[in-house]
Amino acid sequence: MESLTLTDVEQKYYSDLFVYCDTDNTKKVASNGKVLDLFRAAQLPSEVVLQITELCGATRLGHFGRSQFYIALKLIAVAQSGLPLRVESLNSVKDLPLPRFVVAKNEQEARHTAMYPDLENQGPYQGVIPRPPGRGQVKKVSAHEVIQPCVPTVEPQPDTTSPVVSPHQSPPTSPHAWRKHKRQASGGNVERPAVVVAGAVWTPFREAQSGPVVVGDGMWSAHSPPPVQESWVSLKDTYPPSSSKMPPMHLSPVQVENSSIRTVASVTTANEIQRQSSSSYDDPWKITDEQRQYYINQFKTIQPDLNGFIPGSAAKEFFTKSKLPILELSHIWELSDFDKDGALTLDEFCAAFHLVVARKNGYDLPEKLPESLMPKLIDLDDSAEVPDQAPDVGYSGSPVEVTPNKSPMPSLNQTWPDLNQGNEQWETFSERSSSSQTLTQFDSNIAPADPDTAIVHPVPIRMTPSKIHMQEMELKRTGSDHTHPTSPLMAKPPELSEETKLATSMKFVTANSGDGYSSSDSYTSDQDPITSVVTRQSSLAVLSGLSKGGGCPPPPPPRPNASHSRSSSLDMNRNFAAHPAGPQQSGVVACPPAIPPRPLPTQTSGPHSGHRSDEGLAAHSTTSPQQIPEQPNFADFSQFQAFAASDQPSDNGEKHPESLPVRAGPLRTVKIDNQEERAAATVNSAKGSIMAPPPKPVRRRLKSEDELQDETLPPKSNVIATVLATLPSIPRSVGKDKKAIQASIRRNKETNTVLARLNSELQQQLKDLLEERISLEVQLEQLRPFSHL
Amino acid sequence: MAVCIAVIAKENYPLYIRSVPVQNELKFHYTVHTSLDVVEEKISAVGKAMADQRELYLGLLYPTEDYKVYPSHMIIVYYTPVCIFFLLIENILLYRHTRYGYVTNSKVKFVIVVDSSNTSLRDNEIRSMFRKLHNSFTDVMCNPFYNPGDTIQSKAFDSMVSAMMVQAS
Repeated sequence: MESLTLTDVEQKYYSDLFVYCDTDNTKKVASNGKVLDLFRAAQLPSEVVLQITELCGATRLGHFGRSQFYIALKLIAVAQSGLPLRVESLNSVKDLPLPRFVVAKNEQEARHTAMYPDLENQGPYQGVIPRPPGRGQVKKVSAHEVIQPCVPTVEPQPDTTSPVVSPHQSPPTSPHAWRKHKRQASGGNVERPAVVVAGAVWTPFREAQSGPVVVGDGMWSAHSPPPVQESWVSLKDTYPPSSSKMPPMHLSPVQVENSSIRTVASVTTANEIQRQSSSSYDDPWKITDEQRQYYINQFKTIQPDLNGFIPGSAAKEFFTKSKLPILELSHIWELSDFDKDGALTLDEFCAAFHLVVARKNGYDLPEKLPESLMPKLIDLDDSAEVPDQAPDVGYSGSPVEVTPNKSPMPSLNQTWPDLNQGNEQWETFSERSSSSQTLTQFDSNIAPADPDTAIVHPVPIRMTPSKIHMQEMELKRTGSDHTHPTSPLMAKPPELSEETKLATSMKFVTANSGDGYSSSDSYTSDQDPITSVVTRQSSLAVLSGLSKGGGCPPPPPPRPNASHSRSSSLDMNRNFAAHPAGPQQSGVVACPPAIPPRPLPTQTSGPHSGHRSDEGLAAHSTTSPQQIPEQPNFADFSQFQAFAASDQPSDNGEKHPESLPVRAGPLRTVKIDNQEERAAATVNSAKGSIMAPPPKPVRRRLKSEDELQDETLPPKSNVIATVLATLPSIPRSVGKDKKAIQASIRRNKETNTVLARLNSELQQQLKDLLEERISLEVQLEQLRPFSHL
Repeated sequence: MAVCIAVIAKENYPLYIRSVPVQNELKFHYTVHTSLDVVEEKISAVGKAMADQRELYLGLLYPTEDYKVYPSHMIIVYYTPVCIFFLLIENILLYRHTRYGYVTNSKVKFVIVVDSSNTSLRDNEIRSMFRKLHNSFTDVMCNPFYNPGDTIQSKAFDSMVSAMMVQAS
């Protein structure tokens, strides 16, 4: 027979039915008589029943094993739903209603059937609490007849509630399920008489208690007055599995179940009413009002103040009277003492008392505290406990144990709470990631303050640093401190990441070309080979530019060459033509810079960047000779712009406009000629050719060999100016199309990195100078005595 | 991979011992017992400073038949193979167990034996394991139905220990 996958509801139902049929208490084989009666109750034609028995294999075996029984039940459901009886339909049919059995044999059965469809509708249930062991079954059955007349009305409730309970684990944990269902099955049978038994149980219990302690006596004797309530207590207890259901289940299922029950021809109306009033229909662990009141009274006997605590010792005495084994009492205490403070609040006490009652009725203690017994849930459900609100509020932040308790699988699965908590974590993570999506939309929100973006964006940021790091390493080799830019890179806000993404993409596209970014980077940069320089610088520039925009840099100096802001090549041309016209045009032009400025970076920018790096480096003294020849071109900004423009015919013009204004800015602001020379040189070098880049490293190294000089300062200030120069372009870009904004972002990033690098270099220079000073002073001191001589 | 976790009472009898490879229970009992000497040594050495968050010592363990019992006043050098108690004669099953000890203010000792064949757990992990142990132990203590000196039979404690052993190994 093929394997059978049952839903939890089905399994519960089937196990109950199996137990019902298991009159021999074998728990393995259902007696044929009962089974056949049951099948007849399904109101299926006899040949169908025969077919079913054949299909399930009982005919072969000669008896109904558990699996055969389950298969048969499923087939009955299939047949009842009108589907052809086939073995394949066992597992293939989804959402099969539970088999319905007419209330011919047993009204309980009918109620079962009535209940189960509702259960099915209610969806998956959560945790399972082990059912009371079968051992209680015999006892209960025996007491059944005795008590039956006493509490007849109670009986139906457990029946109806038992199917409701059907907690269950998903099929994959079928071994668990089997175990549970076994117990549940036994519990199912137990339930019917169980409630009834409850009264019987209580009475002997009461008698036992009558002796020792007066208080205890009074306490336990109180059970006798509300025997029905006690039965209800046990009633609730019989359905620990349903405790896993959330409180909301209480209300709706109650209604649904009640309605379904009414449909069943039985004496259930009264029970339904009772059930409704109990409001704990699906939750066997729910404490009824009567029970709660009883518990409160007991609490008061120990601790008059309802908001107070019952110390552990007093509680121990109290519960020891229940004659439960210490081990179980210890377990009950573990479950009920939420805050693990060694004392019981009213809610804890009620939960503990409830568990004791359940245990006395033979129901296994749950592994975890049922949700309904948790302090805050009890509060929600029981409006009568107003005084408990205050202490219960504290439980809202229940200890970690609560969360596991509230997990769907309170009893058997330890992993569920972890999953739940993990799910929560996952949820939060996803929320964060989703919120960060906005950043990638390239809004004008250049400096998003969303910290979550860091979660998303750091990834792209690191792309660039990889190259940047390489470049940085080279720079380090050359002796300049260029590691700082990388850190800003890493630490840049998401906006940078976007830019870096762009930068990286650009870089990869044009490995050799120097972007406008790179050109702007060149101010701060180091003299790596063009490619590395370009890429690094471009990324850095982007970052710096972006960060610059995001930060609060000092007001950028006036940039007459604002017209050089990024723009398409056409714009540049226009810019160039309209250069004298002023910044506005350039600003306009600069505004819609295309995003891919990288590819744009032409060799000009490469060399530019190289040169810029030179400038950014330490001493340029040695390079002055090289720069000198370039000096004549120094003042030729027009050449610069023209060059840039010419170089950017295919370029979107972002880079160059950036670099141009950048250069122009610093050129203006910096008074030192060297810088201008360098700027010009870079321009010229850019104009030059690709050959320019190779010598740059040489130059760089030469420079690095020198001590930090004033030249470093000018380059740095140059860079600063450059960076600042890029700023004005930002406002202009705002409001323009996306590309302009992105370009400006990139510029800001570049500026930022440039500035960061500058800063680091300046710091280094400062240190060196201080050292020099100290050494000089020492020498002076040494020489002074000689001077006296 | 905590292969064995033990809780030893103040009077040096075990309140709780649990090991993952159940067949080696006795060996772990020996291990833990011998570790007690080391623990005692450390306690007395430290003197006033009680409640060491953790004591870390490496133990080299050979499953064996004989074992030497070190005198209690033996001085144990930190980070050296301390307990070469067991001389393996027949089977040369060499595997290293590192044992970690932890003492509470009330002289209750926790011993965790980990199998160092796997990645050696970082110190922080061991500390967190001890912290969890301590918390669970405190919860057990808070239970009025638990009499100090009884063996620990709390399901919550068991589940916590199992989780540690499973997760560790």
